[in-house]
Amino acid sequence: MLVKRAPDLTYADVTPKAFYMGRRNLLLGLLVTTGAVAAWKKLPGLLGGPGTGSVPVKLSGVIKGPYNTDEKITPESTVTTYNNYYEFGTDKNDPSQNAKNFQASPWSVSVEGEVAKPRKFTMDEILKLAPLEERIYRHRCVEAWSIVVPWIGYSFNTIAKLVQPTPKARYVAFESYYDPRQMPWGSGSGIQLPYVEGLRLDEAMNPLALLCVGMYGETLPNQDGAPVRMVIPWKYGFKSIKSLVKIRFVKDQPPTTWNLYASNEYGFYSNVNPNVDHPRWSQAKERRLGEFFKRPTLMFNGYSDQVASLYAGMDLRKNF
Amino acid sequence: MNKILTSKWTKVVVFLLCLVPLGLLVWRIVHAVFQGLPFDTYLTGNPIEFITHRTGDWTLRFLVITLAITPLRKILRMPQLIRFRRMLGLFAFFYGCLHFGTWIGLDKFFDWADMWKDVHKRPFITLGFIGFVLLVPLALTSTAGWIRRLGGKRWQLLHRAIYVTAVLGVIHYYWLVKSDVRKPVAYGFLVGILLAWRFAAWVVERRKRPAASAVRRPERTSPESA
Repeated sequence: MLVKRAPDLTYADVTPKAFYMGRRNLLLGLLVTTGAVAAWKKLPGLLGGPGTGSVPVKLSGVIKGPYNTDEKITPESTVTTYNNYYEFGTDKNDPSQNAKNFQASPWSVSVEGEVAKPRKFTMDEILKLAPLEERIYRHRCVEAWSIVVPWIGYSFNTIAKLVQPTPKARYVAFESYYDPRQMPWGSGSGIQLPYVEGLRLDEAMNPLALLCVGMYGETLPNQDGAPVRMVIPWKYGFKSIKSLVKIRFVKDQPPTTWNLYASNEYGFYSNVNPNVDHPRWSQAKERRLGEFFKRPTLMFNGYSDQVASLYAGMDLRKNF
Repeated sequence: MNKILTSKWTKVVVFLLCLVPLGLLVWRIVHAVFQGLPFDTYLTGNPIEFITHRTGDWTLRFLVITLAITPLRKILRMPQLIRFRRMLGLFAFFYGCLHFGTWIGLDKFFDWADMWKDVHKRPFITLGFIGFVLLVPLALTSTAGWIRRLGGKRWQLLHRAIYVTAVLGVIHYYWLVKSDVRKPVAYGFLVGILLAWRFAAWVVERRKRPAASAVRRPERTSPESA
């Protein structure tokens, strides 16, 4: 008799890959059937090889989320060509050029550490954990420019509640994907990679903290952190880690990339604060991309009502 | 080669070449304006930053090129290169003016109080500002008349201020960038080599001179050996 243990692969482990393969075939099929003329026009794109074409696709069933600002949304072309994503180069227009062939699928995010139910989420699962919400947030870079982006995702605490952090968990550590072969530009960026970030547990559980899978109605473009990233709207942009692969619930404050690079310039908290300047430049004002005049920077980037209580009694000059 | 270097047309060609970076920038601005907002295709999502960085880059490049003239004419034995030095130096000043002007008119929009605060408080701006201010007397005294009026030696001493400007320019850039210091370091390397060459040349010349104190040094009137 042949005794065989049941493979410990679950349904969830297999399907997404098949789904993605299927999707790619479907896309290819569509391309083939668009006819000779259309194919000819698309030829340059097709020549890019099988890796080409992690083109954003439309996300369906997106509902209106809370906390939306009614400020003018920054043009999508700006948000997809003016990027800080050092793995793909340090010039603002580098990522949109260099991330074109990035393989954002298959993808999974491992959630581990001080949790009752550690688990690996496939991208397909992440997209279905909760209704996708459109959240129009202000986004303020530490370099004193800002944008308004219609992100798509849901509160990070959705994931946290699923894995059940133990009482020992006081912080959440995040890690980006880093593959020197796909991201050869990273080695010259000056920062340590893979990129790591962190939040205090109560910050991460705040409903404003967004696990983000898309923007402008579609999945995330590679240069904006495909396929899944964090968006922490009350903190400087570098806290909103891109291309997330690992989430660890931990006891102690985790190291964070920019703080490791220059701890006097980039604090662990890095809350948007017009009263505490970067040592080399002022944070009092910001340039909203697309506008000529600078505008005053708001405390917690205008999200004081939601997050100020997290820092009650703290010296924000010390804990910058 | 000698003929090319001494031809008056070469000067015209070099002059026009020096205007190419400005031409390209204007071309981008014109296209962006015609295309309308957003300007990202031609000027990135942050046009003011783009223009500031471009003009700043070219200021540094022209400072390096100007500083390279003397070593090159000695090493390549092409004394005629001196004909281009003033023009190149003035172009460094010209791009510096555009860079400074962009900061004043576009970035700060003539908010003098805010600018003064920055010059005081932000070391990288302080250095950039000093570096620029140092170029002003050099540009003003760049004519043959001023060389005569000041006397070659004093003129030469004054114009050594460009060494300071170049060094300040590099530090200004280095303190601006966040973590990728490759470009400012490259500029620093070039400026370092060009200044080191001068120092070495000075040491060699001093050694060659027998008992400098005994023999009265001939008064140097030519500014061409700076």
